[in-house]
Amino acid sequence: MKVAVVGAGPAGVRAVEALLAAGIRPVWIDEAMDGGGRIYQRPPTGMRRDARTLYGFEAARATALHAALDAAKPRADWRPETLAWNIRPGRQQLHTLSAGTHGVVEYDAAILCTGAMDRVVPVKGWTLPGVTTMGGAQIALKSQGCGIGQRVAFLGSGPLLWLVAYQYAKAGAQVAAVLDTTPFAAKAAAAPGMLRGPATFAKGLYYIGWLRAHGVRIAEGVTPLAIEGEGSVSGIRWRDAKGAEHHADCDAVGIGWGLKPEAQLADLAGVPFNFDALQHNWVPRRDAAGRTPVGGIYLAGDGSGIGGAEVAELAGARAALALLEDAGRKVETAALDRRLEKLARFRSALEKAFPFPAHLAAGLPDDAIFCRCENLTVGELRATTAGPQIPAPEVNRAKAISRAGMGRCQGRVCGAAAAEILAARLGCGVAEVGRLRGQAPVKPIPLTAPPLVTTP
Amino acid sequence: MKLARLRDTDRPPLHLELEGRAIAAMEGDTLLTALLAGGAGHLRESEFGDGARAGFCLMGACQDCWVSVEGLGRVRACATLAKDGMKVRRG
Repeated sequence: MKVAVVGAGPAGVRAVEALLAAGIRPVWIDEAMDGGGRIYQRPPTGMRRDARTLYGFEAARATALHAALDAAKPRADWRPETLAWNIRPGRQQLHTLSAGTHGVVEYDAAILCTGAMDRVVPVKGWTLPGVTTMGGAQIALKSQGCGIGQRVAFLGSGPLLWLVAYQYAKAGAQVAAVLDTTPFAAKAAAAPGMLRGPATFAKGLYYIGWLRAHGVRIAEGVTPLAIEGEGSVSGIRWRDAKGAEHHADCDAVGIGWGLKPEAQLADLAGVPFNFDALQHNWVPRRDAAGRTPVGGIYLAGDGSGIGGAEVAELAGARAALALLEDAGRKVETAALDRRLEKLARFRSALEKAFPFPAHLAAGLPDDAIFCRCENLTVGELRATTAGPQIPAPEVNRAKAISRAGMGRCQGRVCGAAAAEILAARLGCGVAEVGRLRGQAPVKPIPLTAPPLVTTP
Repeated sequence: MKLARLRDTDRPPLHLELEGRAIAAMEGDTLLTALLAGGAGHLRESEFGDGARAGFCLMGACQDCWVSVEGLGRVRACATLAKDGMKVRRG
């Protein structure tokens, strides 16, 4: 049986581990130089920080995952630095690009563990050099030992906001401000549910407490007004919950409002999507075990709906077991299913604590840039609801008119905000404006790559 | 944009060239790190006339950090390791 696993983050590692244990040697693809995913990304060789410094409270988990990764690599058909840029479910083929050469991977079954990226809301000035995603700010520090600036402000909401600010302060960067768009009341209301969770809630409180104790400027319930600067970031301006304006000098800003699935391959595979109102994300349809309505396609990890690294590890193993079960093997899943169910309950409390600030996207001024790829303004997107010819009733028509989502990121960055802007303009719910359909290649590839090489 | 080197600062040096200008970097740097910690300021100009860009997601998703490397062609600076002697152009 030919099995392909895309992704070597927490979900991919545990999926491959379970397949190997059952005697299946999968083709294992990851776009990065090494496995670990984004959360447990290992620095390139030459970096000396230990796991405790790199991963904090998650050091034991990271170390265990890296051990499993390293044990699995020689036993699987491990292909790092390989982009899976298309999937053809009819032919059961993945199209890959590695070191400038195209390849085809044939599969009977594929487990897609494609991870997530930051969900962002545009802010005036967010295209200035010095602005990165929250995840990007964390990667700079974790994988490269660098801060995105000397004096950094963080804007957004969710657990990553506090964690990254804490990590920067600990590493010796000046944290200019932590600006949380979620009012304190929303977090407090969801606290009882979060107490059910693993240690996540306690860790979050620890970071917030530490930042307060160290005198870091913190504001909650803020409305961002602009990131300012000529040619690069020099400051950030916001309005507080009572309506007063504030400013902080800084040379970099990290922004992010939780995560969104990187589910382009699932989309191309023909998996239908549902709008998850709680996560406020479109997520590919799958059952609790990772089975999709498309035969032979299984999903696990944040790419199949945001659950975090701990869930991803369990879900990766579970999807592999589902695949084995469907192939007629006997598997034992009860314990795994119970743990996944428990973590799902915690997740819903977390989502309630940090709701996506749809109002911020909807309230952007017409002259704000919402599409970084092609410099499209919010006003241009709003204008699509007036035509030409057929006015845009949903995002794909808006894309055809305005090119929103047609740039080289293919709507990864602007898609979530674009849908909110359009929905607000049309006066309907965000689910009703739909989602941008995926297109191959899922990332830019050279037009001149050498011809296809078929590998079994 | 200037990345601040905070940790792992004792790595062996690398020397790159950005449009004729010398860039001092360190082994293990991505091109993005090498250039933005080395004083390049930005990585490319937006093709749509709205100014300089210096990457955004740092994880290979946003496609905002493309640069050209002699012999390699166009690469994402965040996903490419810097090598000694690389000759780089913006965009």
